[in-house]
Order: sequence, then C-alpha cells, then structure tokens
Amino acid sequence: MATLTAAYRWSVAARVAAAVIGGYALTSALTVFFALIWPTTKADALAASTMLSFTVYTGIVIWVFAESSIKRIWAVLVGATALVAGASWLLMGVRTWS
Amino acid sequence: MKDGFRQCMAWLHTWTGLIVGWVLFFVFVTGTVGYFHEEVSRWMKPELPLQQSKQVVDKAPLIDHALNRLEQVAPDAASWSINLPHYSVAARNWQGFSIRWEEMPKPEHKWGARGSEQLDSVTGGVAAPDPEARATGGGFRLYRMHYALHYLPYEVAIYIVGVCTMLMLIAIVTGVITHKKIFKDFFTFRGGKGQRSWLDAHNLVSVMALPFFLMITYSGLVFFLFNYMPAGLGAMYGISESQREVFFDEFYGGDHEHLAIGRPAVALAPLVTHAEAQWGVDQVRSVSIEHEAGEAPTIVVTRVGGNRVDYRADEFRYHAQTGEPLPPEDPDSATRQTQSVMLALHEGKFADIWTRWLYFAASLLGCVMIGTGLVLWTVKRRKQHLGAPNTPVWEGFGLKLVETLNVATLAGLPLGIAAYLWANRLLPVDLTDRAAWEVHSMFSVWLCTLFYALLRPLARSWIELLWATCAAYALLPVLNVLTTDRHLGVTLVHGDWVLAGVDLTLWGLAAIFGYMAVKVTRRLAPAVQPAKESDAPVAIGRAKRGQV
Repeated sequence: MATLTAAYRWSVAARVAAAVIGGYALTSALTVFFALIWPTTKADALAASTMLSFTVYTGIVIWVFAESSIKRIWAVLVGATALVAGASWLLMGVRTWS
Repeated sequence: MKDGFRQCMAWLHTWTGLIVGWVLFFVFVTGTVGYFHEEVSRWMKPELPLQQSKQVVDKAPLIDHALNRLEQVAPDAASWSINLPHYSVAARNWQGFSIRWEEMPKPEHKWGARGSEQLDSVTGGVAAPDPEARATGGGFRLYRMHYALHYLPYEVAIYIVGVCTMLMLIAIVTGVITHKKIFKDFFTFRGGKGQRSWLDAHNLVSVMALPFFLMITYSGLVFFLFNYMPAGLGAMYGISESQREVFFDEFYGGDHEHLAIGRPAVALAPLVTHAEAQWGVDQVRSVSIEHEAGEAPTIVVTRVGGNRVDYRADEFRYHAQTGEPLPPEDPDSATRQTQSVMLALHEGKFADIWTRWLYFAASLLGCVMIGTGLVLWTVKRRKQHLGAPNTPVWEGFGLKLVETLNVATLAGLPLGIAAYLWANRLLPVDLTDRAAWEVHSMFSVWLCTLFYALLRPLARSWIELLWATCAAYALLPVLNVLTTDRHLGVTLVHGDWVLAGVDLTLWGLAAIFGYMAVKVTRRLAPAVQPAKESDAPVAIGRAKRGQV
C-alpha cells in the first residue's frame, strides 16, 4: 500500500468529523422538522420521525463520503441544519395538535 | 476521497465494518444465544425437574381454586390474574397453574405491591416449590450482554452498542451499494483461492440473510430510539423526566387509576370454555379481572401468544357484573404498531420452535458475515504488504493488531462462552457470588486467548485456539454426564428435547469449530504449494511476525 499523504489523512478526518458531528446535527434537526409536519397526533409524529432518523442519518453519512468537496460538505451541513432548525422553530409556534 | 461512488462506498464499508467488527461479533454471538436463552438457562440449572408432560385438566375447578386463593391472599386488589396451564411459545415450555395479583397502591404510590403463587392443579393449595437450583446467570446473562455488555454501566454500554449498530447499518447499506453483481455473486464461490474465496464467502453469507441483517440492525436501534435520537422528544416535549413521561403516556398509553376488585359475579369457567371453542383447547393463557376508574369492572380472557407477530395477544372482554361482552380495546396507532412489530421481529418471541431455529441460523450467519469481513481485511492487506517491502512500521503494526484481535475474538470469544458453561458445572455450588464467577470465568478465559494470540505465531494460535474451542464444546456434554443427572443418557430417554437439544447443539458447535480447525491446518501445511504465498489468514503465520 502506498504511503498515504498527509492531505489524504486530513481529508478523511474532516469527513469523519462532518459525518459524526455535522451529520448528527442535521439528522436531529430533520427529526424535529419531520415530527412537526407529520399529519398525525403529536406523539405518533414524534415516534415516527424518530424511527426514521436512522435512515436519514445513513443517507447523510453516505453523501458525506461520496461528495468530493469538503468545503461543500460543511457548507451544506451547516446551512441545512440552520435552515431546518429555523423552520422547525417557526413551525413549533404555529403547529397545533389534534 | 477516492474516485467514483462505488469506490467511496467500498471504502466506507471497509472502515465502518472494521472499527466496530469485534464489538458487533460479541453482540451477534451473545444475541444468537439469546434466541435460546430459556433453554440454556434450564440447562444451567440441572436441579430443576425434567420437562413436565402435559396434563389435560378440567378448567372449572382450577378457576374456583384460584379465586378462593386470591380472595385469601389479596382481598383488596387492583387486579387479579389466573394463569391456566398452557404451552408458552415465547418461553418454549409448559407453564403451570398460577395466580398473580396487584394490591391497591398505598397513598402517594403509583403501583401496588405485586405477588404471585404457583398452585397445585389438583388440591388448589400452594404448589410445592421447585427444588432450589444453583446460582447461575443462565442464558439470560449472555443474552443481556448483547445490548448491555458487561462490567460497564448500563447507560454507557447501550450507547457503545448503539454507535456500533449505527455503523453496522451504514456498513450493510454501503456493502449492498458496493456489490455490483449482487445476484450473480450469490451463486459464486471460488474455493481455495485465498482472498478471492474470503470475499466470495463474505458476499454469499451477507446476501443470504440480508433482510435479516437489515431488520435486526434497524430494530436494534429502535429499541433505544429516544436514547440514540433524543432531539425530537427534547424539542417537542422537553428534557425533564416528567416531560418525557408525558410523551410516553401519550404514546404507550398511560396508567389509569384502578378501583378495588373482588370476586366477579359472573362465572368464569363458561367464558374460558367459549374462548377455547374459538381458539382451541389449552389456548387460553389467562383470565384477569380489573376495574379502571370510569370503566366497567372487566374480565379479560387472553389467548396464548404466538399467533401474531406483535405483543398484543387476542382477548375477549366481559363486564364482570353482568357478563355482557365488552368491545375490544382501541387498537394501537399505526406508528405504535409499526414499532411493536419491529421490536417483536427482533426478539422473535412469536416464533415457534422451527422459526426459532431459522432465527438462530440467520443469526449465526451474521457472526460468519462479521468474521469473514474481519479476516478479509487482513488477508487483503497482508497480500499488499508482501508485495511492498517498504511499508511503514505503523501500518505493519495496524495489521498485526487486527490479526491478533481477530484470533482472540473469532476463536477466543466462543472459547470464553464455553468456559462460562464449564464454570456453571464446575464451580462449587455454595460459592459466594457464584453467578458472577461464571461470568468472570468467561471473560478471563477470553482475555487469556488474547495473550495467547499475542505470544504465539498467528497461524499456530488460530489452529490451537480453534481446536481448544472444539474440544471445550465437545467435552461439555461429557462433563454433564460426570457432574449431573441431566445428561443425554437421561434426557434422550425421557424425551426432554430442551435439555437434550442444548447438549446436541454443543456437539454441533464443536463440529463447526473442528471443521474450521481442520481447514485452517490444511491451509497451513507448508509442504503444499510452497511457491505461492497463499493469502488465507492462516498462511499469514508463515511470514513470521517479526518480518512485518
């Protein structure tokens, strides 16, 4: 095996960090968001969206390791998390439950 | 990253699989035992009587006996339950006649004291207790390790297992993506070709039980849903214990206030007869009486579980004073049912004995999938190493580390579990903390295999540990003859297939390890094909460790 370059090692470390921290943050935000828009009772919406979260996280991790630009990975993760969390925060004020 | 989507996914598959492989192997092995933990527990308590043959009894006097006894022991109760003799699919044994009750809660308390008694089905008095068995963790202790590990606080352990399970899910999905010719490769096995053979074996096994692996992994995460992904619960209900409680009450159904009950005015025996006419003889598990505030006092006749996947058993409900049939309880919400089915599929409690064996086989295949994956990693790298003499020291160290951990886990853990069973037969019965020492035996033997693997040449330690494991399992039924009177000579004659089944399965496991040991020994024989640096993990030993 050819010796791995320092740049390659950094690239792997950055992706792992993005997948673990950024990916989990985005998954958490999406879980809240889905729970808020799910058309059912509050408890069911929460449980359904939380059960789905592992699928969401798997998808995000796969994307993080398939995307070529690390800058784009972090930009998307941070941007999407902020956007989804903001939308959830707004929804939380207006969503009423049956 | 590497070029190409498939290459990226192959990379992700390799590394997610490797870093959690050993923990997952532990989880899969102990979880596999879990599908038969009741049987193993019985085997580990040889003082208990042999399997009782089924007696068909008239239910009416039983119910009378039970009600009389309940009136005596729990006159002021929140609920009574009479368990009729039946065959339990989940426990795979004959459940005797017993009563259970919950007293009215004391002021300020949520639950009342609970009690239960086994009754004699002839006299109606309290049944003679089973002979006291030796202190043992039983099969349950092994089963519990597959999610709570051991020697670690529960809260820590479930997160370690959770992270590993999540990585396993990613490894499974990326493994499928990597696999271009999933159908064709399923019928492909090129034996005796080193790395190629290991890859074929890994593919074959993984695809064979793929739905099971996906199900077991995903449902494993769902068990600890709100531990692993608490964001939604925190945002929508709050993070304090009482706020979480609000959600759990809403989702799982809260507890209602109970009113005190007494002997129902309605005769219970005809209700049981009616239910048996619908479900079949001995298909009534229990008759219970309870009275929730705001509802009618209710008699519930419950069916033996096993005719449906989820946990809710069929039941008939009646008004306890008038005997008129009551409507069934509201069905669970779709979300709740989805969750129940996932959890039920994971535990397989609904499974009859043959389905249970299918679970066991699929679960063993899971162990093989993880094992072949771990070996494949080393075989591939060993080959590259042999081609490139200038590999940096730390990469050689990494390879050696993985190789050593592989032997110590794949051969060492099964030996440790054999030691657990040996300890059950050999430790003095009056030893203090006996059950704990059984577990200490398991882990100390396992630790010894790690030292062994560190000290011996790799190939030798594979062969020797596999033979040791083979011998340890093969001799267990023999040890059983020497130390108990619940051995094959007795159990087979008596037709106790639970106990005999455990002994026979131990021999089956011995055969598997013996087969592996023979294969590995053959691969090692230096006379065969000396020119070809074979790449089976066993052949690795030929390249002496120091040369790496």
